[in-house]
Amino acid sequence: MSTDTHAAGAHDHHHDDGHAHSTFSGYMLGFVLSVVLTAIPFWLVMSGTLPSKQITALVIMAFAVVQIVVHMIYFLHMNTKSENGWSMMALIFTIVMVVIALSGSLWVMNHLNSNMMPIHEMTGMK
Amino acid sequence: MTVAVNPTQTGEPVFYLADEHPHPEGYSTSLGFWIYLMSDCLIFAMLFAAFGVLGANYAAGPAPKDLFDLDLVAVNTSMLLLSSITYGFAMLTMQQNKVAQTQMWLLITGLFGAAFIGIELTEFAHMIHEGATPQRSAFLSAFFTLVGTHGLHVSCGLIWLVTLMVQVWKFGLIEANRRRLMCLSMFWHFLDVVWIGVFTFVYLLGVLR
Repeated sequence: MSTDTHAAGAHDHHHDDGHAHSTFSGYMLGFVLSVVLTAIPFWLVMSGTLPSKQITALVIMAFAVVQIVVHMIYFLHMNTKSENGWSMMALIFTIVMVVIALSGSLWVMNHLNSNMMPIHEMTGMK
Repeated sequence: MTVAVNPTQTGEPVFYLADEHPHPEGYSTSLGFWIYLMSDCLIFAMLFAAFGVLGANYAAGPAPKDLFDLDLVAVNTSMLLLSSITYGFAMLTMQQNKVAQTQMWLLITGLFGAAFIGIELTEFAHMIHEGATPQRSAFLSAFFTLVGTHGLHVSCGLIWLVTLMVQVWKFGLIEANRRRLMCLSMFWHFLDVVWIGVFTFVYLLGVLR
């Protein structure tokens, strides 16, 4: 019977975890970080400070990734413990799927584009 | 997996899985909603992939540089970011059981959200007026589908927000309403995460190209 009581206690604890333990300072820190991480990429593109477009593109993509992580932690309260780790599992699975879908689509379609027969050769085949 | 022991009359213990203990109402809602958001994330990933593939096919039509006004996009981004923090304040006041303040923050969040949708619709109307319709090129089809789907999500979030404000007004901050507000919180912040991808990959990289 003692096992059962313990299970019920653990269950209650799990239920509490489902609710966000958010704090004012956490939200404010997330907000300030987001504002900075949004303002810098906009400024970089609008002013054209960096020497080349490739560098600017890489830098703003890096800023986007960092900002997504900031939102995940401070606004969505993601951690490895919520829902006994299942929400983190779902997130990791989704990230794997998204990376495969995005990189796969771009890679395959880019190759198709570059291997495409030029139009003037195609018209000669009729 | 929990194992319980049930002593029988013979004294021999019988082990069985005690999984079917009663759950309080809505205890799995947040995990279920999170899984929904992850599946929604896959929809957006497909639309981003389509935009990534088709984003440079202008069909001799207008390019991002001719269409996008980055000042407007910056204002729009700040609207969504501000609505995120005000929703956070609504959650904090909800935790302190302050009904009136929660409602006020929800209202402010709704106004920022409505401003976002308003600015986006103005931008769309302006583009369509200039002849940059979804039918014009593959780039514009992909653009309107991706940004339009995000806008549709925000609009649904606004309807949900108004519904919850009515719920809180009628029934107060009962357990069910707290759970619903938490789901909307996840939805709202998730849409902000998607918008980070949109302003970076569609607008900023588009203008850069």
